[in-house]
Amino acid sequence: MIEIINLSKKFGDHQVLDSMNLDINKGETTVIIGRSGVGKSVLLKHIIGIMKPDSGQVFIDREDISRLRGKNIVKFRLKFGMLFQGAALFDSLSVGENVGFSLFEHTNLNKAEIYKKVKRALQLVGLEGIENLKPAELSGGMRKRVGLARAICRDPEIILYDEPTTGVDPIMGDAINHLIRELHDKLSVTSIAVTHDMTSAYKIADRIAMLYQGKIIATGTPDEIKNSSNPVVHQFITGSSIGPITNN
Amino acid sequence: MRTHLENTGKKLITLVSYMGGASILLGKTLLWLPVPPIKRKPIFGQLYKIGVQSLPIVSLISLFTGMVLALQSAYQMQRLSAEMYIASLVSLSMTRELGPVLTALIVAGRVGAAITAEIGTMKVTEQIDALETLATNPVRYLIVPRFIALVLMLPLLTIYSDMIGIIGGYIIGTYKLHIAHNMYMKMTYEPLVLKDLVTGLLKALTFGIIICTVSCFEGMRTEGGAEGVGKATTLSVVISFIMIIAADCLITALFYFAFR
Ligand SMILES: Nc1ncnc2c1ncn2[C@@H]1O[C@H](COP(=O)(O)OP(=O)(O)O)[C@@H](O)[C@H]1O
Ligand SMILES: [Mg+2]
Repeated sequence: MIEIINLSKKFGDHQVLDSMNLDINKGETTVIIGRSGVGKSVLLKHIIGIMKPDSGQVFIDREDISRLRGKNIVKFRLKFGMLFQGAALFDSLSVGENVGFSLFEHTNLNKAEIYKKVKRALQLVGLEGIENLKPAELSGGMRKRVGLARAICRDPEIILYDEPTTGVDPIMGDAINHLIRELHDKLSVTSIAVTHDMTSAYKIADRIAMLYQGKIIATGTPDEIKNSSNPVVHQFITGSSIGPITNN
Repeated sequence: MRTHLENTGKKLITLVSYMGGASILLGKTLLWLPVPPIKRKPIFGQLYKIGVQSLPIVSLISLFTGMVLALQSAYQMQRLSAEMYIASLVSLSMTRELGPVLTALIVAGRVGAAITAEIGTMKVTEQIDALETLATNPVRYLIVPRFIALVLMLPLLTIYSDMIGIIGGYIIGTYKLHIAHNMYMKMTYEPLVLKDLVTGLLKALTFGIIICTVSCFEGMRTEGGAEGVGKATTLSVVISFIMIIAADCLITALFYFAFR
């Protein structure tokens, strides 16, 4: 369903993605793990097409998203929902206007109909009756869940999660992991999450891929990754400060 | 010598690429401008923020400028016993030069800075990216309403500033310098020709486009968290000021040499 082929991206002299390859299967949750600054967010932004690659392709359902322009890209974007690391809620809008944003912008539904869908999306993430609050009035965990509600409000086929559990307390983190699993089971969406939180990765992943020095160096089921013989993967998942990652 | 040349070259490249980037943004704004559906609510919101909320400060500064102009010229004019020309001097300086320039500088400081801070914050907190993932073009959603509001409001504020400045001169002229009311009014309107008003309004329009382009461009290229937003905001005001003064020079010269 999603094929990433020889994708490269450089910022200045810094080669962030270095002809990397990855296939993502329909209906699965794929978790991409890697250290901070390795390029996980950059990778997600290439998948949704808001960054353009230096070279290489990202195919979504056989279409190269980096080549799309204008109307076609709008149609394509509506297949996606994305949860940003800091939630990226629009400060000037209420929670309800945030969650229903693309319905307000891209459909002719009236306010009552939109708010019905907003309410359903908020219920899915376990929130109720906060439509009229401003994002500034919410706690970190609530912001993430509102961001998630905004991502799923239009029933996307693909959901991207950028570090869904970073910056929230462990209990809220677990609740978010449950939520991601639940959305996957209920809506049968294809999900891609990036994280450095291994607890979360094991909980939500059907498949795990590790990004290191611009390339995917290992993929497998959570069990395969747990028992990986690759020393880099082993160091990362055990969270050790000694090993090949820190030696060079 | 060589490094000197290299440095100059690098600075030139930076300048050219800055102007290029800003022009591209302006081009995109103009392309999105007529695309329907045009939503009224955000435009009215910006008209209010940019126009109505600037009235108090524009009033204050224009009034004092008009008064100071009258007082300063009084020194010279009284010596020549030509006090009635103070009225003409105030009305001409306000409509041609001070009205548009002062209004633009106030709006660049008040509104331009706010636009850069708002868009810059949205950029560093990934809200601009979020707009795109929600299939909404940031130029259309954020910049077009601000562009319309600035381009409409700056000429209107300028006309308002001209009037308040003339009133300031009138207060000093009649109450302090004892010029007769009828004489003052006559000398205010007599020297004004259509060209003066047109020059002033053309300037205002140009300044509106400059303020919108610079403040939005600085906002959209903001990087590096809260500190970056601060830097971008300062830079936005400084660059707007420079461009406004440069454009003022250019337009004045153009009218002086080309349309006498
Ligand atoms: N827009 C950009 N301009 C320049 N450098 C960038 C940009 N976005 C990301 N980077 C750089 O790319 C690298 C990877 O960033 P990122 O994908 O955010 O890492 P993470 O894996 O923590 O999400 C970092 O070194 C970052 O500085
Ligand atoms: Mg990141």
